[in-house]
Parts: sequence; C-alpha cells; structure tokens
Amino acid sequence: MTQQLDILQETPSQTAGPYVHIGCVPTFAGLEGIYPEDLALSPIEDGAKGEIIEITGSVYDGTGWAMRDAMMESWQADAAGIFPGSEGADPKVSGFCRFTADKETGIFTLRTVKPGATKGRGGVIQAPHISVWVVARGINIGLQTRIYFEDEDNSADPLLARIEQRPRVDTLIAKKTAEGKYTFDIRLQGEGETVFLDI
Amino acid sequence: MTDLGPLIPRNREIHPVPYDPGYKTSITRSPNLPLLSMESTPSEETGPRFGHNLLGELDNNLILNWTKGAAPAVGERILVHGRVLDENGRPVPHTLVEIWQANAGGRYRHVKDTYFAPLDPNFGGCGRTITDENGYYEFLTIRPGAYPWPNRGNDWRPMHIHMSVFGHSFGQRLITQLYFEGDPLIDRCPIAATIKSRSQLDRLVAPLDMAKARPMDFLAYKFDVVLRGRRQTMFENKLEGM
Ligand SMILES: [Fe+3]
Repeated sequence: MTQQLDILQETPSQTAGPYVHIGCVPTFAGLEGIYPEDLALSPIEDGAKGEIIEITGSVYDGTGWAMRDAMMESWQADAAGIFPGSEGADPKVSGFCRFTADKETGIFTLRTVKPGATKGRGGVIQAPHISVWVVARGINIGLQTRIYFEDEDNSADPLLARIEQRPRVDTLIAKKTAEGKYTFDIRLQGEGETVFLDI
Repeated sequence: MTDLGPLIPRNREIHPVPYDPGYKTSITRSPNLPLLSMESTPSEETGPRFGHNLLGELDNNLILNWTKGAAPAVGERILVHGRVLDENGRPVPHTLVEIWQANAGGRYRHVKDTYFAPLDPNFGGCGRTITDENGYYEFLTIRPGAYPWPNRGNDWRPMHIHMSVFGHSFGQRLITQLYFEGDPLIDRCPIAATIKSRSQLDRLVAPLDMAKARPMDFLAYKFDVVLRGRRQTMFENKLEGM
C-alpha cells in the first residue's frame, strides 16, 4: 500500500445531444424571452482594435454531410496577442463567441477581430489563431481544434510543428477568399479529417 | 501574472469513447485519427469570465423562469445542487453553469422533438447560474421524464439533465449529463454506456439528498462537477506575456 494521492478526477463528459441549443442558445432554439439574448453572440464590441474578419464554413460528418446541429465556441487573443482578462487587453474584445451552424444550410459565420501572435511559457511565440470547441449529438466529448490563417507566418508555430503528417497542417488553416474573409471547414472524420487537439 | 502552471492532461480513460456503435450517431461523428497531444498554452489556460450581472433573478429556477413567475411548471419539484471543483480539490468560484432538460413528461421544447408527451405551457427547459465564492451552485427545477429516441429499436433515455460548465480556462470546458439515483434506464442507455467504466458512470448519478430537501416543497439531488486542474509546481517556468 501507498499513501493516497490527493487528487480528484475530472467529471466524465457526455454528448451535448440534439437539444444543446435549448440550453446554450435558447433564443436561437425558439425559447425567446427566457434571457434578454443568447450568450456571447459576438467576441468583439464596436471599437475593437485590429482587422475585422469573417470566417465561414461548415462542420462535416464522416459522410460529408454539413451538420445542421453543431454548436461551436471560440476563444482568442486580441489584435495585440493579449488574452482578454490579462493586463493590457483590448477592453472591446471579450474573445469568446458561441455560434451555430445555420439550420437550413449548415454554414456558420464567425465575425471577429484577427488575433495577434501570442507569447506562452518560456517566451514561445504562437502564430495567430483562434481556439474552437465543437459539440453536437454524436460527439461524446467536445472536440478542440484551432483556426490559423494562410496569410500569416505559421512556420514557427509550436503546435503546427508537431503535426507529423505535413499535409494535415492544412486542415487548421483558414483560406482567404477576399479582404477580411476566410473559409474554414471542420471535418470530423474521413478524408481531410481535421486535426483535433488533446491539450 | 503568476503562472498557475499547465492544465493537467486530460485522462481520456474516464471519458466516453468517441466511437461507439451502440450510439449510432457517434459512428460518423467521431474522429478516426489520433488527437494531437501537447502541453497546454495560454490559449487553453485562459478563458472567458461571466459576471453575476449576466443573470436574471429567475435564471436558476426552471419551475418559474419560463412564465416569469406567473405559473409553476408541472412535475416533481427538485433542487439540484452541488459544487464545481477542480482536480486539485479546489472550488471553482464564479463560473457559469447552464442546464437544459425535458419536461416532466419527457418532452423538450424544440421543433425537432415530436414525442407524444405534451409540452407544459409553464416550462421552458433551460436555466443558468454562476457558482458562488465556494464553487457552490443550485437550481430549482422539476424532475425530467424519461423519453424514447430513435437509435436502436426501443431505446429510452433515462431521466437526465444536461449540464454545461466553463471553469476559468477554455481547456476546462465540459458538457455532461446528470442522472438520477435508482433509475433502471441508466443501465439500458447507449449514451450512458459510452462511458466504459462503471465507476466513472456512477459519478454522473446524483444521489437523493434529504438533508437539502425542503419539507412539503421539493426533494433534492446533489451533483458535484470536477473540472481539469492545473499542475502548479515550484519548478514551472514563468509564463511570459500574460
Ligand atoms: Fe436529453
């Protein structure tokens, strides 16, 4: 026998299920009026510093179907690479957004400010990116991934550098389609499967 | 800012398996390839904060919040309460907890839910609160009914409440489900069965808590939630730029 470790274990996850919208975006789900508005409709307020961008895309299941029921959350630094809540952060950037696939088309849109490069432990620089978390029916534990940008220097990013199969890096890079516009699709499974993170 | 240390890596053994043929939708919605593991960075260690000013007075009272107090929902009145802790056993104060559930008949207020059980005009089905300084939360609600769902021929969901918890780091984000002590449907549920360890599934089963029940008013169930902790040691490097 040994001493007992003084540690608890994380609570197990369960799928968010088909009705996640009732709990997380009730107005979107048709429960108007229960809250004044849904939580975190935008990660920025008017006057946020930096380039305003729009990222559109879909979440595809293993059959190539654009899922209509996915719910996503994003978290990011401001244009200077400072996370909200930290000293010197842009007060107009909350950094957090909750967004959904359109019920008819399965297309999502994230309008935000383009984040700056961030500095981590030991001074390691991460290329500009947005963290994303995806939940839906059939996803038993929320999937984490990141959106990087094709028009940024991603060459020294420590996370991208860890992806052994180099073509898979591409699954984390948003493609620029016009000034301030990007597309980014998430593929849960199969050809072009997005790199998901355990981090 | 002091470096609280990286997040403790997730122990995937305690979580449901992503791919489980018993739960058909997971077949096409589970990644086939391994996840990319690495030590957490500020992107995962920081996260959104929500203030108590977000909340309306009835937000954590699902019996009354849909009608703004005009009329109570039908069903067995219950208090659901507990604490949000981290793996180090510390309370997680001031963090947002959201719940959603079916009504007493097992029906959700959702266009896609066409179950025969009627909607309760006095029940919406969602609520939220923010933990207090000790990580404590509570909801007043009605016990949701079990309901059938299209999976295998005759699958029913046990009575359950969906729960979303934030913590203080984006990497702590968690959605889970609360089940109720003594429900025979738990052992027959393909979604509950995505958790392969019986002792881990037991952690999602809330016990009846008569000490918190109010006589002639409501029963109580206790449900603690544990989020990922931080690995703080005297040997962590300084986190720059935070
Ligand atoms: Fe449910």
